[in-house]
Amino acid sequence: MRRTFPLVIAFTMGLLMMIQYFIPHPISQKFYKIMVQQWLIIISIFFYVFAWRSFGLYHINKIKRRKEGWWASVVAFVGVFFMLLAGFGDRIPGGIGHFIYKYFNFDDLYNYMFAPLQATMFSLLAFFIASAAFRAFKARTMEATLLLVTATIVMLGRVPLGASMWKGLPKVVEWILMYPNMAAQRGIMIGVGLGMIATSMKIILGIERSYLGGE
Amino acid sequence: MHISTNPWVWIAAILTLAIYSFLYKDNPFYKFAEHLFMGLSIGYGAVVLWYNSIIPRLWNPLAHGTSPSRFYLLIPIAIGLLSFGIFSKKYSWLIKYPLAFSVGAYAGFSIPVTFEASIFEQISGTILTKQMMATPWLAISNLIMFVGVITTITYFYFSKHHKGLLGKSARTGIVFLMLAFGASFGYTVMARISLLIGRMQFLLHDWLGIIK
Amino acid sequence: MGFWDRFLKIDRRWVFLVVWIAVVIPLLKPLGLPTHITPPVKKLYDYIDRMEGEDKAVFLSFDFDPSTMPELLPMGVAIIRHCFAKKIPIIVYGGLYPQFVGMAKMAIDMAKTDFPDIVYGKDYVFLGYVPGLSLVILSIGESIQGTFGNDYFGNRLDTLPLTMHVDNYEKIGIVVDLSGSSIPASWVAYAYQRYGCRIGCGTTAVSAAQYYPYLQTGQFVGMLGGLKGAAEYEELLERNGIPTGRRTATIGMDAQSVVHLLIILLIILGNIGYFYVRRRERRA
Repeated sequence: MRRTFPLVIAFTMGLLMMIQYFIPHPISQKFYKIMVQQWLIIISIFFYVFAWRSFGLYHINKIKRRKEGWWASVVAFVGVFFMLLAGFGDRIPGGIGHFIYKYFNFDDLYNYMFAPLQATMFSLLAFFIASAAFRAFKARTMEATLLLVTATIVMLGRVPLGASMWKGLPKVVEWILMYPNMAAQRGIMIGVGLGMIATSMKIILGIERSYLGGE
Repeated sequence: MHISTNPWVWIAAILTLAIYSFLYKDNPFYKFAEHLFMGLSIGYGAVVLWYNSIIPRLWNPLAHGTSPSRFYLLIPIAIGLLSFGIFSKKYSWLIKYPLAFSVGAYAGFSIPVTFEASIFEQISGTILTKQMMATPWLAISNLIMFVGVITTITYFYFSKHHKGLLGKSARTGIVFLMLAFGASFGYTVMARISLLIGRMQFLLHDWLGIIK
Repeated sequence: MGFWDRFLKIDRRWVFLVVWIAVVIPLLKPLGLPTHITPPVKKLYDYIDRMEGEDKAVFLSFDFDPSTMPELLPMGVAIIRHCFAKKIPIIVYGGLYPQFVGMAKMAIDMAKTDFPDIVYGKDYVFLGYVPGLSLVILSIGESIQGTFGNDYFGNRLDTLPLTMHVDNYEKIGIVVDLSGSSIPASWVAYAYQRYGCRIGCGTTAVSAAQYYPYLQTGQFVGMLGGLKGAAEYEELLERNGIPTGRRTATIGMDAQSVVHLLIILLIILGNIGYFYVRRRERRA
């Protein structure tokens, strides 16, 4: 019940979803439609509890044990409730919930708080990549030199300044991307594709079970 | 210079600067902004999920629907509800059912399309056709592409020692890989700088109104 | 300790400062460098342009969150503007994760300012979030109404003229996926391979190099890569007399040029220092 039955379910579902691709019979089509459009999407809705639980447990634990920076976890919860109240506050008559809903527009919270925070956090990488390029990007070997030269050509050729220096540069970059780069990316893609197929087969056959929790 | 009078723009600017304060060193302003972001993200996701998915996909069909087949929805709902088993140590094994159902199905329907998209189409795109050899330059370019694909794949073939012909091929594969990684690195620099430019445009245009 | 030793061990915050200056100065004093159009962008632009007057819609999927906003949002805005100007019906989809929905909303709000005659429900529809990732891509192939039920605003899709007419990939001329992750590959696998729907892609510069195999096989009609791709699309709109609004991507390209030059300079200086110190240590 606890181990074998889930594996049987995974095997059955995997097999059915795989073979229906090759069978255009109305029953196969109907099964596919019900599974894809209803069952699997509805089940996916409930998977959010995993994310919410991990978020809650991590921060509650931090606050309870007064770990360093525990106050920041309180801020995280404030963020959650602020957004929830801005989204659902209309259902709460009076009180703080209604106040937040009335004065803090849900879209504004996204546009002026969530979006700038995340965008800025990722923009920090611009500084770190510049620093890393200066410190770590060295032509130590033949391979590293090749990488370095290609990177430099691409960096120059993909900006207007490169085209102003030499008109042919964008074409050279396009050629690098379209032929040698594409060849290597395709080799990687074929390898990854084969890996994905092998992993899927292992899941269906019950060889790969880690997704069921540490087995 | 037209400094914004919109309080929301000021909030966004202050939060932006709070994140940038990390460049000097880690500090409470950064921590505040970072954790606020995490919380807002979870809250936003929950609200969107409620209005865009739970209401139209679960509540409306069951509460307002008229079709008798709507009760079949109770089966996936019941399977999905087993996910709540995660909150109990005793019943946490119940989550294996919705997981097995979904992961099994995903694995099943991904196999044929992955074969087509990542294997067949890519092999077919590598086979040299007359059209690909139309001009001498095109022929050279496509021959380089052909050699590149074959040698890159051989580099990732680990079932045999990279010696002899296989070794030579794998070493050629490394050359192609380095070219590709170089191109990717150049592009990565571009991407990271773009993000910074975006934030600077916000600060200088939307907030301070210094640039047009 | 010599000059190069000290230089190589310089506090990284000086590097940060130089990068910041290199971004800010071109924004304050633009260089006005011309935008060169590349074939993958032109192909996507032309494909959408040719859909004018056809009985099919563009399906624009916003599969990104604010982390890649500066690169991908201008692409979304430009494509929506293109469709609005040419009266090509467009379904804007808020993406495969809930945090993506806000980006789509932002793009629509930015794009529609110059098109007052555009009618919601007839000229465009905004679809919200449904969980399931690749399942959603498959499910759209069966029925958009069945997949979403309502639009983002809670209207039933069977009451909107556009979604009454366009219910699956048969009536979709192209899916354009804007994403900085591997999601465009999922659209290729599930929408193109399974349902034969044409795919276009707007991606971050980080991901652009890895998608060239899809361009060569025709699995992608065309591709916009990074801020440069967005600037090229803006340029094409401008050349064809379509209102572009504030061209954020094009404005950013001057700063991009200067910072690239700076980083190349940093790499060269870093290498000179490295080889100088190494040679000295070997001699010693």
